[in-house]
Amino acid sequence: MSTTAQEAPPGADEALQADFDAKIAANQRIEPRDWMPEAYRRSLVRQVSQHAHSEIIGMQPEGDWIATAPSLRRKAILLAKVQDEAGHGLYLYAAAETLGVDRADLTERLIGGRQKYSSIFNYPSLNYADVGVIGWLVDGAAICNQVPLCRTSFGPYARAMVRICKEESFHQRQGYELLMRMMEGTEGQRAMVQDAVDRWWWPSLMMFGPPDVDSPNTRRSMDWGIKIDTNDDLRQKFVDMTVPQAEKLGVTLPDPELAWNDERDHYDFGEPDWDELKQVISGNGPKNAERVERRRAAHENGAWVREAATAYAEKQRSAREVAV
Amino acid sequence: MSNDDVTPARPEWPLYEVFVRGKRGLNHVHVGSLHAPDGEMALHNARNLYTRRNEGVSIWVVLAENVTASSPDEKDPYFAPSGDKVYRHPTFYPIPEDVPHI
Ligand SMILES: [Fe+2]
Ligand SMILES: [Fe+2]
Repeated sequence: MSTTAQEAPPGADEALQADFDAKIAANQRIEPRDWMPEAYRRSLVRQVSQHAHSEIIGMQPEGDWIATAPSLRRKAILLAKVQDEAGHGLYLYAAAETLGVDRADLTERLIGGRQKYSSIFNYPSLNYADVGVIGWLVDGAAICNQVPLCRTSFGPYARAMVRICKEESFHQRQGYELLMRMMEGTEGQRAMVQDAVDRWWWPSLMMFGPPDVDSPNTRRSMDWGIKIDTNDDLRQKFVDMTVPQAEKLGVTLPDPELAWNDERDHYDFGEPDWDELKQVISGNGPKNAERVERRRAAHENGAWVREAATAYAEKQRSAREVAV
Repeated sequence: MSNDDVTPARPEWPLYEVFVRGKRGLNHVHVGSLHAPDGEMALHNARNLYTRRNEGVSIWVVLAENVTASSPDEKDPYFAPSGDKVYRHPTFYPIPEDVPHI
């Protein structure tokens, strides 16, 4: 069944389960060599590998603009940002591997279309204003999602999230700063920013997943401490954080229902198009096929590098043996 | 129930555990792991992956299969001996409050 669960004598399962439950209840971390229920392990594998895939696929919309960055400064920033996302993917694949899965296999599942990644990366990035808006809104939404996960119950996942969160704030700030510069520019540049905001706002809200009523696994994941807040709570938090930032920037968020609600002490906002989210998740977004194909091509075109590195290591080993 | 998320590890690049010394005077601390064909390349990859922002002044990489670890099931016999040696902790010794610098 599981590669991590320990063999136990009959009847010991309840004791192990009780021990696991007690650790969760006491807010302690579960570590890879601990016994864990198979369903917990499987849920985590799915969650962590989808998260890893999102970081890796997430390099593409912005990566498209590295070669045409408007200045050397912007190019260096964007390169560093995209490199960070690759790093995030690797931290998370390493965390997934502690659950007994294999990274090469997860990659094959991604390029075989058998595992998913965040819906947001299936939208196109049309110009450099998109780079700014992705940093501000998409990384902003990712931060909302990820900060609570630093307290998730599985140790390696929580530690990966801590590293990731430290790096995300640079991502969001570089995006916002880029947009501030553009808003100080010409009428045309301001229009580009507004257009990018109009296109990315709703997909950003969908990043938090379907509404709570359609998210049947939320309760169980929260009981296990692998999800900390509900989708709707995180979405609300994101809207509350973002509206004042939009005002300062001087852009309009494309939602006529957006208004402060004194009673709730939150912003009210409109309903995202959940049918669109369903379509994008099931593979019919504007860029799904292209993103996966590009990942496949990168993996296959990189095969010679992996083979060369293996051959080089082998050569070094035999040279050392001869020397001894 | 399909069991397709459990696969045996492939005979590919081995797994290395990575330890980073944050600054002089501190211990190396485990920061994560990575795959590499040998130690030298593991070190190189670890630098790019775990120290992009001056997070360390020194890195160790150790083949994961060479790590010998206590098992969680053994935690009692392993850690019990220190449990009953409370005299190893400074708080074991009551000292009057008016004794300075101790
Ligand atoms: Fe990231
Ligand atoms: Fe990011």
